[in-house]
This record gives sequence, structure tokens and C-alpha cells, in this order.
Amino acid sequence: MCGIAGLIHRGKSSNVGSELQGMLQALKHRGEDSTGYALYGDTDGKHFIMRFKVGENVGEGSSSVMEDVSVYDERKKIVDQTLAELGAKVVKEERTLPYSLRYEIDYDVKDLLNFSQTIESIPGVEILSMGKSLEVIKDLGNAKAVCDRYSLDKLIGTHAIGHARMATESGVDIKSAHPFWGYPFSDVSVVHNGQLTNYWNNRRALENKGMRFMSECDSELIAVYIAQKMREGASLEEGMKDSLTGLDGVFTYFVATKDSLGMAKDTMAAKPLVLYESDDLVAMGSEEIAIRSVLPQEIDTYDPFDGEVKVWRI
Amino acid sequence: MANLKNVTKKTKAQEMGMHTEVLTGRTQQKFFNPDEAENFYYFGTYDVDFNKRTDLDVKDMTAPEANKEIDNLMSQGYGTIVIKNPQGKHSLGVGILNKLNLIFEGSLGYFGMGSCDGPIVRINGRVGWSCAENLMAGKVVIEKNAGSCFGAAIRGGDLICKGSVGARTGIDMKGGTIIIGGDAGAFTGFMMQRGRIIILGDVGINLGDSMYDGTIFVGGEIGSYGSDAVDSELTSSDQDWLKRKLKVAEIGENFDVSKMKKIVAGKKLWNYDNLEPTEKKGAI
Repeated sequence: MCGIAGLIHRGKSSNVGSELQGMLQALKHRGEDSTGYALYGDTDGKHFIMRFKVGENVGEGSSSVMEDVSVYDERKKIVDQTLAELGAKVVKEERTLPYSLRYEIDYDVKDLLNFSQTIESIPGVEILSMGKSLEVIKDLGNAKAVCDRYSLDKLIGTHAIGHARMATESGVDIKSAHPFWGYPFSDVSVVHNGQLTNYWNNRRALENKGMRFMSECDSELIAVYIAQKMREGASLEEGMKDSLTGLDGVFTYFVATKDSLGMAKDTMAAKPLVLYESDDLVAMGSEEIAIRSVLPQEIDTYDPFDGEVKVWRI
Repeated sequence: MANLKNVTKKTKAQEMGMHTEVLTGRTQQKFFNPDEAENFYYFGTYDVDFNKRTDLDVKDMTAPEANKEIDNLMSQGYGTIVIKNPQGKHSLGVGILNKLNLIFEGSLGYFGMGSCDGPIVRINGRVGWSCAENLMAGKVVIEKNAGSCFGAAIRGGDLICKGSVGARTGIDMKGGTIIIGGDAGAFTGFMMQRGRIIILGDVGINLGDSMYDGTIFVGGEIGSYGSDAVDSELTSSDQDWLKRKLKVAEIGENFDVSKMKKIVAGKKLWNYDNLEPTEKKGAI
């Protein structure tokens, strides 16, 4: 059991970091092994924001192997060298935690596939997100713990999705935590609640097409699956509709891009989702209490039906 | 009174040695006798006055605290309780085995009004998954929409949603009536065993999948039929019953029930002819 939540403001920006923290904290009983945020902040759009990790959180409950911090420093150096070789200029650098970094990069390229493959060829390095407004932050612990650790409550933006995870089919670590970046597409992220039963078949087929998987978490498949459909020319909505038959199992998932937010529910409607929709705000979560954290007043909500796909734009 | 000890007929399963319990068929049904009404009560129930009314704000309460306070108010004789600010909390109003007029001014989360027997409930909001699960008797009315597993395994009473409901409505239901004013999702009536479901709007795929018995009435379009769910003739007595039920439910006042579809079990998968243990115990 995991919990997912998302919201999109239409026509304005808001404190989405704080809002999503409240929604995910309301769902913490669905899992607090790890919590992840995909936040779409207000930026000038000039630079890429790259969130990446050079190691794992090896705190209490982690399934990762302990490493010395000097190893993280060494990996960071190699990343910096590689970025310079790729012609990418780091204009701003933040190291929130020894293993977690945020770079703003001046880099003029549309195809991030080669870029990402080069960076991630460095052992122990994983790009959590890459985009002009997307920032994926995920770590062990509940929503408040992660929010406090990364100071997310001040982030202003238009939309966000997040995930409170109870680890079931893969380890308690950052690489298995949601959201997943829709590699190699700029500003695409995914969160999922459910289980996929044709993970390995799909993974082998997608790897043969050059796509990459960083974890053995079945949910990562959704991000890669949608990304591959978009590579083949499908729109976000078309890719999501295709997934209803291409993915087997039970699922409710959200996908976000730089200007849109979508949801899809499997044909058995086995996983919960409650949705609130108005002209200026869409908020949704695994349980109504998530929505109530941002809209405490009495509101009209509903459960989307089986096989339903919806996409909203900012 | 039926004497099950004298029943000697063996089923095929018993002859094969699959179980030794004496099972009986529907001919052994025992009906409620009004003369014995005084024998039907729950330990710890209260004599309440419907005219004695109070409000309860649960905004800062946990669900167990709120439920305990409802019990406390009933013990003081309050027969009408208005719950303020439920704010989507889970498991509110569960386990009420009492006559009570309960009103929620807002929405409930999961498992609201579960395992109840007797209260009359009005929810001026939405409910989450598994509302009124295992309802034995009474009436629960939801003014807005409901989540999945609405009325799962109910055994009696009337459960009414004026809006639309999610998937698996009436799953495993064993009696009572579920009435939906809007649309219903996939697998409605999944494995239902008794009772009736009325849907005025459309219904999703696999309607009545693997249903053992019971009846489903649909006013709108049907996504698809589930295994062993088949059409049946809508009789005049069905129509009379539908009109009465919709009137009681305060929905579909002008709905043309003559155009409703009636779905029942084809009974090709049928292997169900036994009373439940509790019913059997009552009969003995």
C-alpha cells in the first residue's frame, strides 16, 4: 500500500511545496519508508535544473550499503569533470546532503539521452530529474521529514505530484523511491500506486530500444513506458491511454510535464483515487484526507472510473 | 420451528466426504417473528429519544474518539446526533447497533458507517471506499458521490447514494437494497448472493460478475455483463417494488422504471444453497 497525491493550479502559482507536503503527510499511514516530491517551480526557463545523487541514504531502515562520504566527494568530482567535457556549465550548485545535489546548468541541447547516459555511466551516480522547472526530491522518511530535510516548504510553482511509499517489491532506498523521472525527457515525472505484473517482459523490450532502468521497482516501468511512447511520437495522453492495455496489473498513476498533469486508472479500478476539480485547481490523492489538507471546507469530490485517463493543463 | 437435527438428506459434497456438517437448503429459511421482537437486541444498546438532539464537532478528534463520543451521547439518551466537520476522516460511525438518527454535515473517508445495525444515517457529503460495509439493518443516505466497494457484504437495510459510485458496488452482498442515483463503476454486484441493487444511470464493465443470486436493476447503459449474469423479465411486481423503493429513497421521482433492465444470475456457476452459520444457528 502506498499513497499518491498531486495538484495543479491553473492560471496562477502557489506554494506547491508546502501544499504537497500537507497532502502526503495526511497519507503517511499508507507508507513512510520513503517520500518523494516532483515539484514544478517558477523559473526563468533559461537553465536546466539537475537533481542527482552520488550515493544512498544509509540511515535507519535503509537497505543500502554504507559508503564513506569521501566516495561521494570523488563521484561529484567526476560528475563535474564530465559536465565540463559535455560543454555544460554549472551556474549554481547546492549540496543539500552529502549524497544529494542540485545543479543549475547552462546547456543547449534538446536530446538528453546522450547527456544522461554519460552522467549515469559514472558508478553510483543517478540523475533524479532533469528539466527547466521539474525538481524531483526523494528520500527516506515521511513527508514532513523529507520536506524539512530539503527545505521544500517555500517552493513556489504551478503543479506537483508526490508519493508516500511502503516498500513491498524492492528495497528501502532512494533509487526505488518515487517519483521517477521520465528519462530522457525534460520535465516528465511519474508516481504510481499498485503492482505491475508484466514488468520484466516490458523492461526487456524497452531496454532493447535503448531505455534505461535504474531500479528494480515496477513503478519505474510506467515512466519509461510513457517516455518511450512519447519518443515514438505519441502525446502524453495517447501514451497514457496506451498504457491501460500495455501495462498489466493494478495501478493508479500520475504523470506530470512542465505544463500538465495527468492521471490513469487501470481497467479493474483496483487502486483508489479521489479527485477534486474546479476551474482554478485540481487536487487528487489516494484518500480524501489528502485533498482536505489543502481544501478543508466542504467540497465535491469523486472517484474516477475504471480505465479512465484525464489530463489537465496549467 | 425447523428442526435441523432431523434433516438427513445428504448433499453430493457430503457423500464425497468433503465435509460432515449438516447443510440445509432454502426450504429451511426462518422468518422474523414480531412476537419474538423482545428477544432481538444487542448487549449494551441504549433507549434513545429521537427528539433529543445534539451536535458533535469532530474536527479535532480521531475516529475512535469520535465514535466513543457518539456512544457516550447515545448512553445519555440522545436519539439525533449531528456530526460537524467530519472532513473525510476514516471509520466514522462504525459499529452502531442502535436505533439512532445520525447526520453528518460533510464527507467521510474509508469504512464510514461500517458494521452497523439499525441507525438512520444521512451524510451531506461524499463517502470513501467501503461505506456501510456489513450493514445489517437501517438506512444510510449519501447526498453526493461514493467510492468503491460501496455496501460491500451488506446483509440488510437500505443504502442510497444520490450521486455516482466507484467499482465493486455491492460486492458479496447478502441482502438489503443498494440504490444509486447516478452511474456505477466496474464489477458492480460482483459475487453478490442476495439482495437488490438499483442503478438509475450507466454501469461499467463486468456487471454482476459471478453473482450467485439477487437482482440488479439498471436504468442506463451497461458496459458489459460479467460471468453468469443474464437478463431477466421485468415484471409488473418488480416495477411496483422499484417505484416504492425510489420513493422511499427520495430519488428518481419521475424515473420510468418500465424501461429498466433486470439482471439475475444465470446459475451456471451456481453452487450456493445454504444458510449462513448465523442464520442456521437462529433456526436451530
